[in-house]
Amino acid sequence: MDTEITLRVDGAAHPLTVDTRTTLLDALRERLRNTSPKKGCDHGQCGACTVLLDGRRVNSCLVLAVTVGDAEVTTSDGLATDDRPHALHRSFVEHDAFQCGYCTPGQVCSAAGMLAEARAGWPSAVSDDGEIDLTDAEIRERMSGNLCRCAAYANIVPAVAAVAADEGVRR
Amino acid sequence: MTTIDRLVGAGIDRIDGPAKVRGTAPYAFEHDPGEPIAHLAVVQSTVNNGRVTGIDASAAEAMSGVLVVLTPENAPRLVGELSSDLPVLQSHDVHYSGQIVAAVVAETSEIAKAAAAVVDVEYDAQPPDVVLTADRDDLYAPEQVMAGFATDSVIGDVGSALAAAAVTVDATYETPTEHNNPIEMHTSMARWDGDSLTLWDANQGPHTIVRDLATGFGLEPAQVRVISPYVGGAFGSKAFAHPNQILAAMAARVVRRTVVFELTRRQMFSLVGHRTPTIQRLRLGADADGRLTALSHEVVEHTSTISEFAEQTATCTRVLYAGANRRTTHRLGRLDVPPPTIMRAPGETPGMFALESAMDELAVALGIDPVELRIRNEPSQDPERNVPWSSRHLVECLRTGAERFGWAGRDLRPRMRTEGRWLIGTGVAAATYPTRRRKAECRISVDGRGHHVVEIDGSDIGTGAWTTLSQIAADALGVGMDAVELRIGDSRLPFAGGAGGSTGLASWGSAIVLTARELRRRIDDEYGGQVPADGVVVDGGVDGASPHAETHSMHAFGAHFVEVRVDQDTGEVRVPRATSVYDAGTIVNAKTARSQFLGGFSMGVSMALHEETLVDPRLGHYVNHDLAGYHIATNADIGELDISWLDEPDELANELGLKGIGEIGITGAAAAVANAYWHATGLRIRDLPITPDKYFRELGLA
Repeated sequence: MDTEITLRVDGAAHPLTVDTRTTLLDALRERLRNTSPKKGCDHGQCGACTVLLDGRRVNSCLVLAVTVGDAEVTTSDGLATDDRPHALHRSFVEHDAFQCGYCTPGQVCSAAGMLAEARAGWPSAVSDDGEIDLTDAEIRERMSGNLCRCAAYANIVPAVAAVAADEGVRR
Repeated sequence: MTTIDRLVGAGIDRIDGPAKVRGTAPYAFEHDPGEPIAHLAVVQSTVNNGRVTGIDASAAEAMSGVLVVLTPENAPRLVGELSSDLPVLQSHDVHYSGQIVAAVVAETSEIAKAAAAVVDVEYDAQPPDVVLTADRDDLYAPEQVMAGFATDSVIGDVGSALAAAAVTVDATYETPTEHNNPIEMHTSMARWDGDSLTLWDANQGPHTIVRDLATGFGLEPAQVRVISPYVGGAFGSKAFAHPNQILAAMAARVVRRTVVFELTRRQMFSLVGHRTPTIQRLRLGADADGRLTALSHEVVEHTSTISEFAEQTATCTRVLYAGANRRTTHRLGRLDVPPPTIMRAPGETPGMFALESAMDELAVALGIDPVELRIRNEPSQDPERNVPWSSRHLVECLRTGAERFGWAGRDLRPRMRTEGRWLIGTGVAAATYPTRRRKAECRISVDGRGHHVVEIDGSDIGTGAWTTLSQIAADALGVGMDAVELRIGDSRLPFAGGAGGSTGLASWGSAIVLTARELRRRIDDEYGGQVPADGVVVDGGVDGASPHAETHSMHAFGAHFVEVRVDQDTGEVRVPRATSVYDAGTIVNAKTARSQFLGGFSMGVSMALHEETLVDPRLGHYVNHDLAGYHIATNADIGELDISWLDEPDELANELGLKGIGEIGITGAAAAVANAYWHATGLRIRDLPITPDKYFRELGLA
């Protein structure tokens, strides 16, 4: 069954027709031809499709497009402002925090969402009591929902750590 | 090599990086074919060995939005002869579970998947034969193993040497079926214009894919264009064509529209290859000082009933250590499994797990430090070919690594260190991988303003080739990188072999260097050193192997040192830190090379601790066929990695003195983990992966 919806993506509104079975990921990739979120499993197992939904990270393959409503969808590409790369974009390139680059926009969105969670004081499975400090162990834990088969993990950690330090959530 | 002294070696950021982090670099699915795209979904066989006796596609065909259902009944006949599983829908015979038996093309992916789910297929099937054992009576010796190596090698008399040895090891090691699982799923998008085919595709080398498409559809290679500028990982599974390229092209021709076939993660387990399981018996004999007198490495592995893929698992044992009496063998079982294929360092990856585990067991039996044991068995020349090394610095890797890791003073005895619940141990293993160069052609043009266009059908599957080839070209041309425009990943470009066998930079880089030299010579000789206003174009390349390959043995080497912690209560295994040192010749880009090394090593840790595809012996299916069931290392699984390399160009290997770095990192890594696990626990795990339950199994508690 087809439904008319309007998706707000990276600051622009897109009226479109979707099947009620269409995931947010497929609406972005197959209907809007937005290449930023990637499909790596379609089952919420790899994290390559991670986008921000009103600022919170979600696996867009697990969200039905018709349920998004007025929420703002932000892809990695949308994290750039006026075509200036986001601090995470620059840090990922500088630290070579990827190889093939396919999981990378999802990693970047996940990192952005994770930094917001840390700023809000959300603990992880490895957090101590008290204020959140994004140590390497914290970053590894909090970024483990995003698989990287090239295994750039050892570079993703310092790439995120540099931005976390600038944002004051890493001491 | 006076021209190569500026950019090569520098740690330059990836030139494709800014687009990749934002997600604007187009992978296969993401190109614009210039018209609406139809979507293809497949129906896969539920049996391993049998025949399709009936297909009812009426419900699918009746669905609104379905364009066609292709079955063995109505699928167009392929013209040329294709092998293995490439003749898609050409027969009713079924050879493995998951084989494509029907395909639906529809207006949307949702409709295609829903329609594929209601295609009813009936089979006449035999019970599946999918279990590999070393005592099967139908094992056979292939004519040769992968990459042209001899199936067996016999030097001296292993049996007598083992009988006379002061100390022996006789152990059998097993590695499971493993799957490449690049995060970008194999995807092919096909468009026909008359009799010309364009395929936007995820692969490791467009020319390789063109060959099979041209054969299958009876076309001249020039009628097929394969475009693959960005590829989301591959690790071997995208080296050769699989059913997806053929089927996408076939379907697009039928519906006269652009068709995309993006495999699902689950479909990738049966349709794009896997690494064979291996059963490896290692026998080592040594004198009391630890000098090897006998090495025997006997391998049993599988292939499919429709293809022969003979992984060269024991070839590492022909190279790594000295010893007068030697024997290596490979035997295959033909099972009802999908065709196996290349997975990162085929041969060395499983083979080095066995050889380097056995060397550790020998060190334990001798009471000798395992680093020292390896140094004592350093061969002065290739021990089976009896030719000199082009360069070999394994001992230096071992010594440097031991120093960096803090190996000195290590207790030889196992299970001597604990911290709370954690048992702590350290282990070492060597790494090795062959160095090769392949044929590659290149075209370089320069215009009157000094803008250079470098064209070669190389491929960047994450290796960094976009950047490293640009560095190589700029140095060879004597200009900055901003004066070089590189074009790769398109079969219209001059021929190059695919990214594989760690041959990319050795082959493509050499072609670029030689072509650039010829361009500069012509500008000097014919134009007085001044590029004419209408520019100059030069074609060049390399024919194949290094001229020194016959007279020298060429390999990269390395050493891994690993700390392992094992939780005594849960059996959980952690790898908090590791040191790897590589002898890989010239390093072209210090930043991207480090990523290759740490990525390869991390995949080895993943192999050691997590990766295993389970097959149901009764139903013949892969059971854990997704990323929830087939575990790969996550961020939290990888600890501190200390990566370094020796500054030792190999002047005989190729124009750049490099050895290739895509695969060396994974070789030996799993053995280093297993050896450290033994040191932590006193338990020797000879069957990967080292999952928590095996701690209790070895203790007799499970």
